[in-house]
Amino acid sequence: MASSVISSSPLVCKSSSKKDLGISSFNKSSQISIHRCQKKSISRKIVSVMAPQKDRSPSTTGSVKTGMTMTEKILARASEKSLVVPGDNIWVNVDVLMTHDVCGPGAFGIFQREFGQKAKVWDPEKIVVIPDHYIFTADKRANRNVDIMREHCREQNIKYFYDITDLGDFRANPDYKGVCHVALAQEGHCRPGEVLLGTDSHTCTAGAFGQFATGIGNTDAGFVLGTGKILLKVPPTMRFVLDGEMPSYLQAKDLILQIIGEISVAGATYKTMEFSGTTVESLSMEERMTLCNMVVEAGGKNGVIPPDATTLNYVENRTSVPFEPVYSDGNASFVADYRFDVSKLEPVVAKPHSPDNRALARDCKDVKIDRVYIGSCTGGKTEDFMAAAKLFHAAGRKVKVPTFLVPATQKVWMDVYALPVPGSGGKTCAQIFEEAGCDTPTSPSCGACLGGPADTYARLNEPQVCVSTTNRNFPGRMGHKEGQIYLASPYTAAASALTGHVSDPREFLQ
Amino acid sequence: MATSLQFLNPTLFRSLASSNKNSSSLSSSPFFRLNSSSIAFNFKPLTSSSTKIITRAAASSSNSGDSQARETFHGLCYVVKDNIDTDQIIPAEYGTLVPSIPEDREKLGSFAMIGLSSFYSDRFVEQGEMKSKYSVIIGGDNFGCGSSREHAPVCLGAAGAKAVVAESYARIFFRNCVATGEIFPLESEVRICDECKTGDVVTIEPKEDGSSLLINHTTRKEYKLKPIGDAGPVIDAGGIFAYARKAGMIPSASSA
Repeated sequence: MASSVISSSPLVCKSSSKKDLGISSFNKSSQISIHRCQKKSISRKIVSVMAPQKDRSPSTTGSVKTGMTMTEKILARASEKSLVVPGDNIWVNVDVLMTHDVCGPGAFGIFQREFGQKAKVWDPEKIVVIPDHYIFTADKRANRNVDIMREHCREQNIKYFYDITDLGDFRANPDYKGVCHVALAQEGHCRPGEVLLGTDSHTCTAGAFGQFATGIGNTDAGFVLGTGKILLKVPPTMRFVLDGEMPSYLQAKDLILQIIGEISVAGATYKTMEFSGTTVESLSMEERMTLCNMVVEAGGKNGVIPPDATTLNYVENRTSVPFEPVYSDGNASFVADYRFDVSKLEPVVAKPHSPDNRALARDCKDVKIDRVYIGSCTGGKTEDFMAAAKLFHAAGRKVKVPTFLVPATQKVWMDVYALPVPGSGGKTCAQIFEEAGCDTPTSPSCGACLGGPADTYARLNEPQVCVSTTNRNFPGRMGHKEGQIYLASPYTAAASALTGHVSDPREFLQ
Repeated sequence: MATSLQFLNPTLFRSLASSNKNSSSLSSSPFFRLNSSSIAFNFKPLTSSSTKIITRAAASSSNSGDSQARETFHGLCYVVKDNIDTDQIIPAEYGTLVPSIPEDREKLGSFAMIGLSSFYSDRFVEQGEMKSKYSVIIGGDNFGCGSSREHAPVCLGAAGAKAVVAESYARIFFRNCVATGEIFPLESEVRICDECKTGDVVTIEPKEDGSSLLINHTTRKEYKLKPIGDAGPVIDAGGIFAYARKAGMIPSASSA
């Protein structure tokens, strides 16, 4: 594809540009101009040492053992090749295809158009249909789309369809899950070493499990439905090594906002973002999911984290399907190398209107806000609510602005009402939220993260300022074009709710 | 995989296969376009020869295998800047419209670019209209960033836009343009969006070497556009499905 993809051959020397980034990076010139300067300098310093040899087959490479990155290995295996290099266009076998209520009807429409009205999907057990975007709404088209998916799933005998029929009470729907990316993980569909595609850009979330996971459009999905394969170009890998002890007030959201602020919204276009280091190893699965979730906001094709005991423990409790993890070789080539000393980082936000418009939370304390939103695949998981509850409890006071809570899935909602928050004397998140004056946690779905139909709960219908744990803040993202969205971690969002201004969580956490 | 393939419509495949061998009017046109007037959207796979997927007629005659016979685009241009994300191209609330349903697709076209901020004083589609008067969109960096929803390229194509010329693209959007054939994505070598104004008359001409030339008749300036790159073979073949059939990924033998 015509793009600025840099290909490097693993046979030649590794390119490396190590950057030690700690707190000193904040003293640079204005954040607003940084991303353009950095974009230019980053694209110039990466050197393509050898033109990609697209026609090379493994047998012609001689006996030299070439190293591959995790992503290259996953794609090599999935395309039944012993070696792939960035730039190769290959046909890849798909392990799981996910779709939801917005793109599912279109994907199946194309599938039927191309393969025939009576065509059958390639494997009814490898397709996961998760209605989650526009569910709790009176919008007739939105409701129609869930019905369309039900019909397709019935015709095709799709094994995993997390259906909802009673829109008035989500708990009356035992199959309904909620946000697709969180549901995929919770239901055991994410496994190391596999290829997972979804008709949603945040499918990259699943890279946290050490698999290749990326978003595709309806047409590609229609193709996969019929064949179980997809044509992919092997991406080069950028490595992000995060070391150091995670400060108690910092979360994975801060880490990824830090990185996106560093490389810009196009800094990883067409590339893999591989996250490793001692900090990453210390993160829980949900925190790793947050890290990989926003890879697409940097333009990345996919994100990956090497599987370890934490990964295996999570996965083995949720699936009995066998899997085989892969890891980057020691002599693999990376197109970029970023190193962070996490112990020096501070809570950050992305100011309107771009996910790379990074600023220190403490530098934004004069920004008066109108509301706070805690939810979405990025920041609506159980641990995200636990974190917010922990901060509210530590503060011991009430929020100053409407604070909307949208659990990602039914499981998260139940955790919010059932799990005790450590250090609170046995209180649940829900109790703490109520005491703090937050809105009652609502039905699980994507909610207002992307605006949605006019009657969507917590939609930004006026030009207000909102601190949100979601993933994008482009103009109009949550509804109103002049709405101002500050992307933040759950800690930062909770702290901001308490002060009525964008706030650093250290005001309430020690 | 075999289970689905046995339902591959033999009529469809034969008509595609024969049209591949034939002349310029069909799939030798490298720009594979599914538009609302094409039969593809009212696709009845088990019926007549009119089920061939209609592609846009090539302006120039077809060439041999690897060089591209591409169309010339001409019309008014609409200029935007950097990081135009998919929610500005088509706000997510319109995601309830299903692109493969013809009436929905028409509606999507009427809402194209409606999410742009008030910085852009000219509307891409006038109030009350279903189509745009602009044929070419000129953009800056990272055009189409954000969602993987195909509603973005679909609405632009449904509105009547033919090509987008951006300094750079977001990955998924570019891929969806190629996959859907809704709008032709071209990449400029310089920052054209700073030198053109909405309403300028432009022509995009294909060149022998695979690149293109954008001529702004209003400013009398010309700009070289980059060759399409790896997406070329897919576009040449007529889209991902045709490419797969050509590459043998979807077997030609079928039994209904």
